[in-house]
Amino acid sequence: MAEVRLEGVTKRFGATVAVADLTLPVGDGEFVVLLGPTGAGKSTTLRLVAGLERADAGRVLIGGRDVTRAPPVERDVAFVFQQFALYPHLSVYDNLAFPLRAPARRTPADVVDRKVREVAALLRIESKLANRATQLSGGQMQRVAIGRALVRSPAVYLMDEPLSSLDAKLRAELRLELQRIQRDLGATILYVTHDQTEAMTMATRIGVMDRGRLVQLGTPRQIYEDPDDTYVATRLGQPAINLLPARLFEGTPMPRGTATVGARTEHLRITRATKGHAAGRVRWIEHLGDQNHLHIDVGAHKIVTLAEPDAGIDVGDPVDLALVGALWFDAAGARIRAGA
Amino acid sequence: MPAAGLSTAHSIVEPTPLARRIAGTIVIAYAVLALIPLVWIGLTSIKSPPDSISYPPKVLPWVDFEPTIEGYCNLFTTRSRQTPEYIASLPPADDRCEALARGKGMVVVGPSNYVPRFVNSVVIAFGSTVLAVVLGTLAAYGFSRFRVPLKDDLLFFILSTRMMPPIAVAIPIFLMYRELGLSDTRLGMILLYTSVNVSLAVWLLKGFIDEIPREYEEAAMIDGYTRLQAFVKVVLPQATTGIAATAIFCLIFAWNEYAFAVLLTSGSAQTAPPFIPIIIGEGGQDWPAVAAGTTLFLLPILAFTILLRKQLLRGITFGAVRK
Ligand SMILES: Nc1ncnc2c1ncn2[C@@H]1O[C@H](COP(=O)(O)OP(=O)(O)O)[C@@H](O)[C@H]1O
Ligand SMILES: [Mg+2]
Repeated sequence: MAEVRLEGVTKRFGATVAVADLTLPVGDGEFVVLLGPTGAGKSTTLRLVAGLERADAGRVLIGGRDVTRAPPVERDVAFVFQQFALYPHLSVYDNLAFPLRAPARRTPADVVDRKVREVAALLRIESKLANRATQLSGGQMQRVAIGRALVRSPAVYLMDEPLSSLDAKLRAELRLELQRIQRDLGATILYVTHDQTEAMTMATRIGVMDRGRLVQLGTPRQIYEDPDDTYVATRLGQPAINLLPARLFEGTPMPRGTATVGARTEHLRITRATKGHAAGRVRWIEHLGDQNHLHIDVGAHKIVTLAEPDAGIDVGDPVDLALVGALWFDAAGARIRAGA
Repeated sequence: MPAAGLSTAHSIVEPTPLARRIAGTIVIAYAVLALIPLVWIGLTSIKSPPDSISYPPKVLPWVDFEPTIEGYCNLFTTRSRQTPEYIASLPPADDRCEALARGKGMVVVGPSNYVPRFVNSVVIAFGSTVLAVVLGTLAAYGFSRFRVPLKDDLLFFILSTRMMPPIAVAIPIFLMYRELGLSDTRLGMILLYTSVNVSLAVWLLKGFIDEIPREYEEAAMIDGYTRLQAFVKVVLPQATTGIAATAIFCLIFAWNEYAFAVLLTSGSAQTAPPFIPIIIGEGGQDWPAVAAGTTLFLLPILAFTILLRKQLLRGITFGAVRK
């Protein structure tokens, strides 16, 4: 395992700037998750590390070595693609053995066999080794795809939305498995997703990307609790953070220059209005079983927040809102840190 | 298209039994229509020369006419007329063809040119097919995967070579081949058919290779294979369907080609198509021999097509039901 550094890396495709001046250090044994919407440049970042794309500017270092111009084979990385992960003309066994049989690696046959069986056991696909890759379920295919990376001990694992084509249950299962594997192997992993649950649960650090830029890098806790701007704030949280104009909260003390108030569920106290004048009205309630999503109209604005099912609030009820700590943002969307 | 794929790319709407029956009737009717000339050729090849041109035509063997292998004998041998005394002085005939010839006052003097012409056809058609498919695969891969300068123009240029009938350039090619000493050589014919077929091969194969996700090669290259190794280990196995279909198309063209063969070959490199129709018997065209030559000439293509029919069917649908 090794550390990976991107230093000021830029990659253009024609007029599109896919990755812009990206600096990203990934420590040895760290699990860094890149989070961002489609088109943010996450895949391109991974491909730059793998050597599948050549950076227009900046440097890529793996284990301290400058590999900016090195071909993929010299970089010692393993890549898990979102799709097209397995060779359809090979058996599961041969798929797993494929990286070890590479001419550049020349692994003795008995070592190949041992490794393949080891990884198959780890991923619980031993019974499928003789199957053709096309005869597996989606979850099994994805396990084999991850297995193809695990048979090697590369400097870094690169994973591009490896779980996105799976159903929720499998995804949860593989999420745990990946974390366990990462801990057991002490692996360095750079992982791409647009799923906030994956980012929150697996990452040692999250890098939030937007239009090719790395907007913020921090622990899941930092990204959630201490976002640098409204963009980062909206990446995490279920339901999403409510961004409201500051004038809705006249009377609430807030830093100078606050234009937008970011209120997550835990920042909002919702009570049934008892006085004649109410701040808002409940428009809709989504029942999720253990909890309810309240959709509240506040003037022309909408708020979504969680409420206990036994909170005694019904559709149409007038409600009062109180802020219990919140995130303050200026007119440009940048965070104003209280006390700063 | 999911990862290593689900294998149901068929129509979701199952045809009704009636629709099936109508479709079946149409297919059978068409098959009969298409097969009539072939059956007629086969029948003619086992008739005697007078039966082959009798009017009204004789259709049913053993009913309308007595089958004979005379056509095949005449196809494979050359014969000369002899006096009855000479024939009577010979030892008994040692094979059926000799006996048939003597019955007509002739003796077999040697093999005909059919076998060498047939061999020429095999060498030229398969040689040019292999070349066209190899070149086509490499070119298609390049066009599919790399940023080639002027890619679209080059591809259009390649396609444009098929836009006029090849025979339109017959005279320049004839002159050029004479200058270069390629006239009536197998090499010349292989080069010619290759150059005609390679454009088809590039376009067909590019379609197939475009459909193979490049992630496969990228994964292989990350895993420690060079691009060439990845091409051989990952791309080729998945392109076999396309390669087989392309090969059949190329082979059929080269095998059946007539115009250039007439123009450019006359002797040692002559292929079967220009040879077969000019098989002359006593008193004109020897139709049973011509039919026999044609029947045998059809067999290799028939075998090849049946062998690869699955790939061919998929190939014709151009990857639409590939998985
Ligand atoms: N090979 C390519 N050619 C042209 N544009 C590309 C290519 N790869 C990516 N892009 C563009 O770069 C941007 C970032 O893409 P990508 O890294 O795939 O984003 P993400 O993985 O975050 O969805 C997108 O605008 C995409 O259209
Ligand atoms: Mg992507």
